[in-house]
Amino acid sequence: MEAEKIISIDTKHYKENISRRNRAEKIFNVILLLSVLFALLMLTVLIIDIAVEGFAWVRPELFENYHSRKPENAGMKSAIAGSIIVILLTGLFSFPVGVGAAIYLEEYAPKNRLTDFINLNINNLAGVPSIVYGMLGLVVFGRMFGIFSNNSWFVNLFNIPIESGATGGWKFFLFDIPWLEIHLPFGRSMVAGALTMSLLILPVVIIASREAIRAVPPSIREGGYALGTTKWHVTRTLVLPIAFPGILTGMILSLSRAIGETAPLIIMGAFTYVPFLPRSVWDRFTVIPIQIYNWITLPQAEYRVHLAAAGILVLLVILFLMNGIAIYLRKKFEIKW
Amino acid sequence: MLKNLSKSSFISFYNPQRVRNFRERIIAIILFGCGVFSILVTIGIIVSLFSEAIGFFLRPEVNLITFLTGTNWRPLASQVSPENFGVRPLIRGTLMIAVISGSIALPLGLGSAIFLSEYASDRLRSVLKPLLELLAGIPTVVYGYFALSFVTPILKRVLEDQLGIRVSFFNAFSAAFVVGIMIIPIIASISEDAMRAVPRSLREGAYALGATKFEVSTKVVVPAALSGIISAFIIGISRAIGETMAVTIAAGATPRMTLNPLDGIQTMTAFIVQVSFGDAPAGSINGQSIFAVGATLFTMTFVMNIISASILKRFREVYE
Repeated sequence: MEAEKIISIDTKHYKENISRRNRAEKIFNVILLLSVLFALLMLTVLIIDIAVEGFAWVRPELFENYHSRKPENAGMKSAIAGSIIVILLTGLFSFPVGVGAAIYLEEYAPKNRLTDFINLNINNLAGVPSIVYGMLGLVVFGRMFGIFSNNSWFVNLFNIPIESGATGGWKFFLFDIPWLEIHLPFGRSMVAGALTMSLLILPVVIIASREAIRAVPPSIREGGYALGTTKWHVTRTLVLPIAFPGILTGMILSLSRAIGETAPLIIMGAFTYVPFLPRSVWDRFTVIPIQIYNWITLPQAEYRVHLAAAGILVLLVILFLMNGIAIYLRKKFEIKW
Repeated sequence: MLKNLSKSSFISFYNPQRVRNFRERIIAIILFGCGVFSILVTIGIIVSLFSEAIGFFLRPEVNLITFLTGTNWRPLASQVSPENFGVRPLIRGTLMIAVISGSIALPLGLGSAIFLSEYASDRLRSVLKPLLELLAGIPTVVYGYFALSFVTPILKRVLEDQLGIRVSFFNAFSAAFVVGIMIIPIIASISEDAMRAVPRSLREGAYALGATKFEVSTKVVVPAALSGIISAFIIGISRAIGETMAVTIAAGATPRMTLNPLDGIQTMTAFIVQVSFGDAPAGSINGQSIFAVGATLFTMTFVMNIISASILKRFREVYE
């Protein structure tokens, strides 16, 4: 009698406990699902909002005209050209150094404190706000610490001919070759912008390239060494060709980050209104995100709401295309070891 | 010894082995240069920020103490004096964005991470994860537009029209809200990596004791991955502190010591953009002030990144 009572209390307690825990399980499940869905919902709302406001304004004028005082004529031709050139230059500058650093760290670097420090440093650089890179670019590339300003000790020492004015500085042709024009300091040119962007994406390029190189199995390298070749030969003929699709994917993804960056280029001194197409890499320039920002700050709704949204649509399409190409490359050249 | 010497001098005229070794050394040196380049970038950042910032503090119109403690930031005021160069309103604005966006992104990011790591099937995960990462890939200027054209109008309609609470057109909350959305994927992705690194055996041990999935997630997986999760939180917050365009566009340009998120404020980053957009000449007090603010910003994010890296390192030591 007594024992039965205890058992029945116990099972009752057990059942209550189970149902309470199952209820908690269900509630938790719903909360988790909601937290994922919230982010996705915001993504959807954002894209719909921009498409609704901007779609009608994605018209030929957007690609054919410069910014205009009449919203119906305004376009962002110079910004599109600027973005394309800056991104190409950024790729040109960051690829060799980034891949070189990745090769060094994966294939050459000894296990020592310097290597540890380089690794720590790269991770730290990846966390530096992009605006700080803009300030670095302004001082190092844009002004070059004022070395080439009028009457600086350096200019006086070497008797360098300096042009005055906002776009002044020392202009010369490297080795007297007509297409190798150099301006020092780099000023507010596309070269300065692209170098700034290169430093910004460098940590990402290095990290992505390292992953691609690391994915090449050691047996491939050992096969090469067994034939008596050198380290660089193995790297150049075996490791890099196999890792190349991965490196390229990482490169495209890094550049797609650079193309959306606004702040560093504003700080570096990119212009907001450029009514011409750049003729050389030393010209002043603007890029798509800066043009969008400029439109957002204008009071009229046509600029602030519609043209800005149209510009964003163009930017997003470019981003999706770049990401699509990257994913395609990764899928096409993916090797399972 | 003698034999070796004579042999090497005999072929040294053209020795392919030596040419090859020489080339190998040159290439190794070039690659080493690329590897060390990243250190030069860090040095460049520190030198360029702090050299200009020191130039700013050496001016008679400002001083370091009032800069760090002053509560007025009026760099454009006609009277240039130390009282007008107190950075605290900008730091207050930045921290307000960080706190609000953090309190949105931390729970949602952690929830998403638990869902992806513990609940979602592989197929669902392979769909959801790229979609979440899409959020991280959207340019920040787009988030700024979204805050201004979507979040603020809704805020105004709900709070101002329904409840009568005044909402300014540029306000900290809208900006912080979109920054929160922006850092959800960062927090989710790093926390998820930490949770997936928790050994399966720990989960199975808990299941064998009759634990539910909820209990396994919250009492086994999350505590085991805690250092990774904390480091994800710190990285997310540090990203929010450095965020520029969304807060420049949506949070306004009025440095203020306020705690009301519906007021307009100015963050450190927004101030830097404001001055740069207005073309402050090199060497002027405004041109230099952005470097003092930039150095403050860099120091804050740098310290946070170091802390998070050291926490993450400890967590790696446990499971590898």
